[in-house]
Amino acid sequence: MIMESWRRKREVWVLLAPALAILAVVTFTPLLRTLWLSFTNAEITALDQAVEWVGFENYIWALTDPDFRDALWRTLYFTIMSVGLETVFGVAVAMLLNVEFKGRALVRTLIILPWAVPTIVNAMMWRLIFHPDYGSFNAALTQLGITESYRSWLGDPGIAMNMVILADVWKNYPLIAFVVLAALQTIPRELFDAARVEGAGAWHQFRSIIMPGIIGPLLVIVILRTIEAFRVFDIVYAMTRGGPADSTKTASFFVYQEYFAYLRSGSGASYAVLVAVISALMIAVYFNMIRRQNQGGY
Amino acid sequence: MHRSFLHTCCLYAAVLLIAVVTLAPLAWLVIMSVMSPRELLAVPLNWLPEHWDWSRYAQLLGMNGDIADNLFLHALRNSLIAASGSAFIALLTGIPAAYAFSRRNGPRAILFLMLATFMMPPITYILPLYTMFSGLGMLNSPFTLIAVYCTMVLPFATWLMKSNLDVLPVEVEHAAVVEGAGTLRTLWSVVLPMAKPALVATAMLSFLLAWDEFFYSLILNSDLRGKTLPVAIADFAAGRVTDYGLIAAVGVLASLPPTLLAVFFQKHLVHGLAAGGVKG
Repeated sequence: MIMESWRRKREVWVLLAPALAILAVVTFTPLLRTLWLSFTNAEITALDQAVEWVGFENYIWALTDPDFRDALWRTLYFTIMSVGLETVFGVAVAMLLNVEFKGRALVRTLIILPWAVPTIVNAMMWRLIFHPDYGSFNAALTQLGITESYRSWLGDPGIAMNMVILADVWKNYPLIAFVVLAALQTIPRELFDAARVEGAGAWHQFRSIIMPGIIGPLLVIVILRTIEAFRVFDIVYAMTRGGPADSTKTASFFVYQEYFAYLRSGSGASYAVLVAVISALMIAVYFNMIRRQNQGGY
Repeated sequence: MHRSFLHTCCLYAAVLLIAVVTLAPLAWLVIMSVMSPRELLAVPLNWLPEHWDWSRYAQLLGMNGDIADNLFLHALRNSLIAASGSAFIALLTGIPAAYAFSRRNGPRAILFLMLATFMMPPITYILPLYTMFSGLGMLNSPFTLIAVYCTMVLPFATWLMKSNLDVLPVEVEHAAVVEGAGTLRTLWSVVLPMAKPALVATAMLSFLLAWDEFFYSLILNSDLRGKTLPVAIADFAAGRVTDYGLIAAVGVLASLPPTLLAVFFQKHLVHGLAAGGVKG
């Protein structure tokens, strides 16, 4: 018996070994090395030379850096606005697509398209649409008589971030819509019929039938999107490069510049670790949520 | 079920609005790609091209031997190598791992550790990866990206396969074991055939994940040899190209593979996503 269980244990590790070997090289080791770098004064141009251990100096610097704080607030703004709008829009569209109408299957197939478009293509497409002189956004707004003159949507520090958010919402709302739609379809029709017989209004039906039916999967996908939105880099890079006047410079972009524009590896690593710590907190929330969901919570 | 006329009108109006908002930007991308440069720069803008000009696609696909077409075809090749390579390795190593987690009571701590690494921002790993591959002289290669993309694709594929295996009946496997089949034999000839839809979904989502990746590719590839499509597109859009139609055409071509996958395998994808995101 003991031999048997030992054999099975060994088998587990044999099955896991190839995956863990790869991850050891490409994730675990780099993670530890980033942590180590964050306590040194390393520079990317001289990584081979002796670096000095500087203790918490980088962290003290990072935590008191107003530029980094601004970048974090911007990232928070992006995350809350993007995920918030995606959720509202996604749930609304899912509820609409859950109603039977002619051509529903076609609309459902078409709605998934933005999600399939690569992030960079999405960013580039909106950049062309928001072009100050030749963009179709300006053209549409003036031709419809909504605005008088052309605007530089991505060139104005006051609104550039909102335009990036708009592009992000357009691409990512289908994912939320589809997850919610899948959940909606598991709600028995009879529940709605019963509610109608009892004279329950739309809002009441939403609160007592729809919400309980979708809240579990919805929370999971929302927190998943939140973790993803917090590390936003590519859409910002392709649309605004962090500008104008740093107005779209998010946390990941900040660290990227610290590493590859200012070539400060040690202090850059300390910023990276702080971003990772915030992400880790959100990941812990996510894990807690799927655990509760599997135990039948919500 | 009966609906009032007004109700029906509102419903179709709402559907139409959603469809237009969702599809108009894409339709415009396609239109830009076939409009003449002169028309694209016209103010006020015409919304439909006078004649459809497909020459940019011919140019990009290398039919008239310009320098720009090489760029696109190179990037396309690199994207295909990086995305299918990493999806392949992720399945090859992720399936046994998923099986260990699902059927052999593999340590849950490790499962969650893997998932956590997938969710960490790439900025956490990038510098050590960069110095490591630079030290090995392996920058500017799509094959390096295969390894690097495993940071995301491998944990993702493992997690997705695990949640899909969890819902498969275990009895058939017991029968195979009674007949003397070893673990790998059972996995290969009993479990995988049953898990085919999950396998398809996992392979495709892994491929899409890698196809979409930008950050690692941007940093690990500074010249043409290793550049993937997303990086080539970002360069394109920021660089010397003043023909917006050409940028749009690259975008359309780069969107085609994932769009076709999403449309044809919609059911698989949605099912796979729902299973992976929600079950632990």
